[in-house]
Amino acid sequence: MRSLQSNGKPKITAKNFNLFYGDFQALKEINVDIPEHSITSIIGPSGCGKSTFLRSINRMNELIPCVKTTGKIFLDANDIFTQDVVELRKQVGMVFQRPNPFPKSIFDNVAYGPRAHGLKNKAVLEEIVEKSLTDAALWDEVKDNLHKSGLALSGGQQQRLCIARALAVEPQVILMDEPASALDPIATLKIEELIQNLKKEYTIVIVTHNMQQAARASDHTMVFNMNPDRSGYIIEYGKTSQIFTNPHEKITEDYISGRFG
Amino acid sequence: MNQSLTDQEKKILAREKASRKSNIQRRRISQNIAFTFLWLIGLAAIAILVWIIGYVFTKGLSTVNLEFLTTRPAGGFDGEGGISTTIVTTVYLVIFTLSIAAPLGIGAAIYFVEYANEAQNRSKFIQWLVRIARTGVEVLAGVPSIIFGLFGFAVFVSYMKLGFSLLSAGLSGACLVLPVIIRTTEEALLAVPESYREGSLGLGATKWQTVIGVVLPTAIPGIVTGIVLSVGRIISETAVFWVTLGGSYRLPQNLMSSGRTLALHVYMLATETRAFDKALGTSAILIMIIMILNLAINLSSKYFQKRLSGK
Amino acid sequence: MPRETLDSKLTQIQNEIYLLGSMVEQAILDATNTLKTRDLKEAKRIFEEDTVINEKRFALENAIIILLATQQPFARDLRLLAAMLLVVNELERMADYAKGIAKINIKIGKSDIDIPVRDFQKMAEQSVSMLHRSLSAFIEQNPNQAAAIPQEDDIVDELYTKIYHATIQYAITNPSYMDQANDILWIAHNLERFADRVTNICERTIFITTGELMEMSSNDDETDLSDF
Ligand SMILES: Nc1ncnc2c1ncn2[C@@H]1O[C@H](COP(=O)(O)OP(=O)(O)OP(=O)(O)O)[C@@H](O)[C@H]1O
Ligand SMILES: [Mg+2]
Repeated sequence: MRSLQSNGKPKITAKNFNLFYGDFQALKEINVDIPEHSITSIIGPSGCGKSTFLRSINRMNELIPCVKTTGKIFLDANDIFTQDVVELRKQVGMVFQRPNPFPKSIFDNVAYGPRAHGLKNKAVLEEIVEKSLTDAALWDEVKDNLHKSGLALSGGQQQRLCIARALAVEPQVILMDEPASALDPIATLKIEELIQNLKKEYTIVIVTHNMQQAARASDHTMVFNMNPDRSGYIIEYGKTSQIFTNPHEKITEDYISGRFG
Repeated sequence: MNQSLTDQEKKILAREKASRKSNIQRRRISQNIAFTFLWLIGLAAIAILVWIIGYVFTKGLSTVNLEFLTTRPAGGFDGEGGISTTIVTTVYLVIFTLSIAAPLGIGAAIYFVEYANEAQNRSKFIQWLVRIARTGVEVLAGVPSIIFGLFGFAVFVSYMKLGFSLLSAGLSGACLVLPVIIRTTEEALLAVPESYREGSLGLGATKWQTVIGVVLPTAIPGIVTGIVLSVGRIISETAVFWVTLGGSYRLPQNLMSSGRTLALHVYMLATETRAFDKALGTSAILIMIIMILNLAINLSSKYFQKRLSGK
Repeated sequence: MPRETLDSKLTQIQNEIYLLGSMVEQAILDATNTLKTRDLKEAKRIFEEDTVINEKRFALENAIIILLATQQPFARDLRLLAAMLLVVNELERMADYAKGIAKINIKIGKSDIDIPVRDFQKMAEQSVSMLHRSLSAFIEQNPNQAAAIPQEDDIVDELYTKIYHATIQYAITNPSYMDQANDILWIAHNLERFADRVTNICERTIFITTGELMEMSSNDDETDLSDF
């Protein structure tokens, strides 16, 4: 695999990272640098381990009992596996494929993270909620209804609520697993715009099946592929502009131009 | 298109069409028969129910009045007096039983659903324990209540020398409803979408914060249903309390007092007195309470549904 | 194969480009030929038929844009469609040179001047041969074949220089000939530019296959003064 030539300093680094579900190896020898303050998209055929890799970065995979890993992942220069997992997830937030607001009010949804981390001051909470919702481009739509249930919002609004909820914790990295796959084109574009604005303060990694979305919304693109034994690896990683106009690998070419298999 | 067909083919086509038509008719007829049959069965079930309730109410309600509700039973061969103390005893017993069974049951369910998997991975011994506990709950849920009664009598009444008392009865009752509470709570917890837990953990909340902050609140409707079901179970139970609560119709003074619940009272009136009308009256009250409880389940689950979905 | 629609549409457009190329080839050969026959009617026909080529070019451009919008091509498909867009533009401009020659031919009319017909025909034949092969290379996406063509441009350039010097020389000694000399230089210039544009097609072929955008000839623009 060609490694990425990037001027940005790496925020996340994987070194010889392998992941197993029981006996099945889902990720094989992942070596990668993800630069700070940029948007990195992960693309690749279904089942090649994109979500698995994403969920490794905030150790979400540990919720699955049979998962074992070897190798290392670093956040800045710190090994994430020796860090306290709660502390890690505070720094590495996650937005899921399906919007999953809690069955609580909009306010309580956004305030959930800060409260969990011990913040009680009502005024400060209100400030955080407003800032997060504003950053997630949702404030104007919900500011008069903060006590309405998060579940009463539309799908696109729910997803932005989930983004706001993640922002409220003030993470450094935001992982997104197909965040727009359940949304209409307008909501999708809104979220893409939003991601562009967020990259000034955050490092964003986004899994997507939508080539156009990866091409439009990301600075770097990481292409996963599957070995014959179905383990996933990174076949190519580079500037999005290069991957989508002139990929180096034939497999990447076939995949992005829809001629895979 | 039809021109290109030979006569032979046309015939086959016609036959095919005809058979399809008759097939549809046949299917329609069998569906109608089935529906009629199901209707009849349903009607029969409802008729029997209405008959029982109607019988109890028509015969029983005539003895029910304010005096019946507010005077204490006086005992005797004629079943003198009202049912005031048995109502109070029933309430005491429900509260006491649940204050033991609810925390235990909900706690156990939380452990089974939220923690057992993780713990099992850490040690074979815990895995073994959890499996035994799970099987135990399954078995207990199917055991006839008189067995709980015998157990309560043997352990609490005799061995622990607690005698016929609210304490013995409450502990035995707790054993009786524990499986109900554990199973309904487990189901309610399992019904909480995994995505809520992931969402909460992903925000850097601890496991415990996740359970308290997101999982339990979402599962409350199911848990409440389980508890209300247990209340019904305690109210309508006779066998267990017959051998643990004694049967005194006096008002219990403390946990060591013997007592008599409504259901027990019905049983005693029916078997030991001639006051069959009073037994029916008490039954009517019992049935009314059970109906109100059911109504409460319905209303509360509707209310929670509304609150959770935010509509 | 999952992208049958796109592939069949691409083939269709490639065939059309081939056809457009043939029309352009025919136009330049005919225009040069009428210099010899002095058939002004024919020249007029060539002048007017340029609109057919223009229309075909717009139709192709439209088809390409529709594919870009509806099929959202990436990588090689994207490069191919972008290159096609440029190539049809090049072909249309090349047809304009044929039109220009026909126009000059009509302007010369019946006046009696000495046209270096043989050299013009050599230039035209060489250019058409280059165009023909460059289009084959483009359609077959053969970078090696494409890479070999631009150097043949030298043959055309040499003929151009030869005509240029001869015409200037003659005009200096016969100032009354200046007007005609100007016409002849324009014809030569048109043929020379025609050949230059073949190089652009070859560049696109290499772009499609390798993704590299590179200049293949150093003397293909009008700012080149080495001959003066
Ligand atoms: N909990 C699990 N237990 C066992 N195997 C799993 C588990 N989750 C995923 N896998 C396997 O790991 C591989 C990678 O899965 P993953 O979900 O990471 O793929 P993906 O690239 O995200 O696919 P998609 O694009 O369809 O979301 C698959 O072969 C899948 O079957
Ligand atoms: Mg996935």
